[in-house]
Amino acid sequence: MAALYGAVIDGILTGGVYALMAAGLTLIFGVMDIINIAQGVLVVLAAYLSYFLSIRFGLDLFVGLLVTIPVLFLLGVAVEWLFIRRLRSQEKTAMSILVTYAVAIIIEGVLSVTFGVNYVQLHGWYVTRSFQLLGFYLPYIYVFGFLLAAALLAVLFVILYRTRFGRSVRASLQNRTAAQLIGVNVARVSTLTFGLGVAVTAAGGMIFGATNAFNPNSGYDLISRLLAIVILGGLGSIGGALAAAVAMLVVEDVVAVIWSPVWSDVVFFVALVAVLLIRPVGLFGRAAARAQ
Amino acid sequence: MSTGIRRHRIRRWQPALWVGAAALLLSACGAAPSTASKGGKGPIVIGASLSLSGDFSADGQAFQRGYELWAAYVNSHGGLLGRKVKLDIVSDASSPTQVVTNYQTLISLDHVNLVFGPFSTLLTVPSSKVAARYGYAFVEGAGGAPLAFAAGLHNMFDVSLPVKDDLVPFAQWIASLPASERPKTAAYPTSNDPFTEPQLPVAERILQAAGVRTVYSRVFPAEVTDYTPIADQVAARHAQVVLLGSVDVPTVSAFIQAFAQQHYNPKAFIATAGPDQGAAFVNAVGANNTGGVMVPNGWYPGFKNAASQAMVQAYIAKYGGTPSGVNSDVAEAYSVGQVVAQAVEATHSLNNAKIIAYLHSGVVLQSVQGPVQFDSLGENGKAVAFAFQWIHGTLTQVLPTNAPGSSPPVYPKPPWGS
Repeated sequence: MAALYGAVIDGILTGGVYALMAAGLTLIFGVMDIINIAQGVLVVLAAYLSYFLSIRFGLDLFVGLLVTIPVLFLLGVAVEWLFIRRLRSQEKTAMSILVTYAVAIIIEGVLSVTFGVNYVQLHGWYVTRSFQLLGFYLPYIYVFGFLLAAALLAVLFVILYRTRFGRSVRASLQNRTAAQLIGVNVARVSTLTFGLGVAVTAAGGMIFGATNAFNPNSGYDLISRLLAIVILGGLGSIGGALAAAVAMLVVEDVVAVIWSPVWSDVVFFVALVAVLLIRPVGLFGRAAARAQ
Repeated sequence: MSTGIRRHRIRRWQPALWVGAAALLLSACGAAPSTASKGGKGPIVIGASLSLSGDFSADGQAFQRGYELWAAYVNSHGGLLGRKVKLDIVSDASSPTQVVTNYQTLISLDHVNLVFGPFSTLLTVPSSKVAARYGYAFVEGAGGAPLAFAAGLHNMFDVSLPVKDDLVPFAQWIASLPASERPKTAAYPTSNDPFTEPQLPVAERILQAAGVRTVYSRVFPAEVTDYTPIADQVAARHAQVVLLGSVDVPTVSAFIQAFAQQHYNPKAFIATAGPDQGAAFVNAVGANNTGGVMVPNGWYPGFKNAASQAMVQAYIAKYGGTPSGVNSDVAEAYSVGQVVAQAVEATHSLNNAKIIAYLHSGVVLQSVQGPVQFDSLGENGKAVAFAFQWIHGTLTQVLPTNAPGSSPPVYPKPPWGS
């Protein structure tokens, strides 16, 4: 039974980290109808930025976020301005897959040339240490990662639901044409939203890099999992991403412990299909998200 | 169709084309040109498909360095049959499908003179069949799992240690320890990979015969979302020795991190791959977590072999770093070149049928990994299994304990972080 509880705790903590990585993906889709295939590589890019700051300037990984979050925000703005904005609305979603995939290849190439392909990992005192609670060792890095995820997702929620910009974002999300008619600068909102979505990835990338060895190719394994999370949670729903990430990791970890790791993915994807059959928009799909 | 509509469509696709062109340009920068010598006076062109991107990119690029180091050495010593050697290396992105296409292209379109193998059993199995169809000798250095030889291909030769025997020295050493020191329990988590899975049952049989009880033995998928529950379960069983079936650094790193977090320190820890990756392993797990970690292999940078030491020096001269940072993939690739070169020189020919016959003749060849002699399956019967251990930041040969050059293994393993 202790192993089962342990697996649930592992799943919740790791799920927080995955939610952080998936939040930007679902936010960008919700507002812009853009499926950002580059999200996995952006996570890896964020991890490399943290690595660079840590190795070159000795910056603590969490302090480094003060640099990496703005840098990734600017990168997101640049990508939107250079590539996404030029897509015409009729084929925007389909074309965004191709364009963001190409962006991913470019970023991967730049990382390979800059850092090489050997695996690296982020280090800090909290990466391998843990504390005991109710008989379980809780790793600091996962606890910090979960708290960071909760804090950043809360900030996102406040931005979306308690600010003027957030109202513009939600208006654009509901009806772009109507939003334009009432004076919302939809193009500007889209650019800032894309930047925001990519900026959130900085935190996810840092935690990913501290809990996994990575190289420039590591993003491709991630993207399939992140897409599964945002589909289960409901495209466009931040809360859905958190719930889905935790659900995915808890299911997989529990199956790995009580049955076999080989069946972890299978059981999760069977559950995903079952949920989508009952509720095609996911747990907190677009309709629900708009009603928040 | 009016010009206006055409322009409109071009504008609509412009961002995608622009980005796609940039991506192609970037990827083209890393690929070698594809040309071949059809005459008898130009360079000898040797084709190979390597995983320069994708899951095996770290190994693939190390292999590329090994092949290139060998080619540079040969060319600086007069070439083969008096002709320069030119490598035609293409990337398969770690894909078993792409690797087949690549060898078909290299052989049937580019008409390369010879081919070298790719990285990993996973890619060797499909590509060796392509080479067999065209009658090409297929000498490789990283496809030594039993699955690679199951097809009974006459043209395939693995210059490295047969995978299934990798853990034997380690298991025999544990079994030979005095009963009071010998671990009582063992765990065998392994990735479901043709490289790792055949190794663990052999070791488990030896250890069980010595009274070491199995407390965990499970297979996990090659790509796991979260290794933590698997590693935590091993820790919860308090296995005194852990034999991890891993194919890469991230897997080993994830287990070590989870073990440290759970304050679990087995008396001995060996991983089938990962700790042999030199600097990449140290960077990932942290220098203070390497102490006592072991890995089986047929080669390490301090290997007492003149050709090996010369290769290590050449590697450092070209790529920098220290001997400990040289990946064993480099030696495996280099050995492929050496073996093929000896066959070409002995047969005075680039005729693949003659080369295959020569390699099957029972002749003993030399490589940076030691002697090579192929059995009827193409496995290297002369390869010797060693186990290496990270001691004070250096990968050191420790097993077999009576082998020349072996240092005493550190046992029990120091705690993580020390």
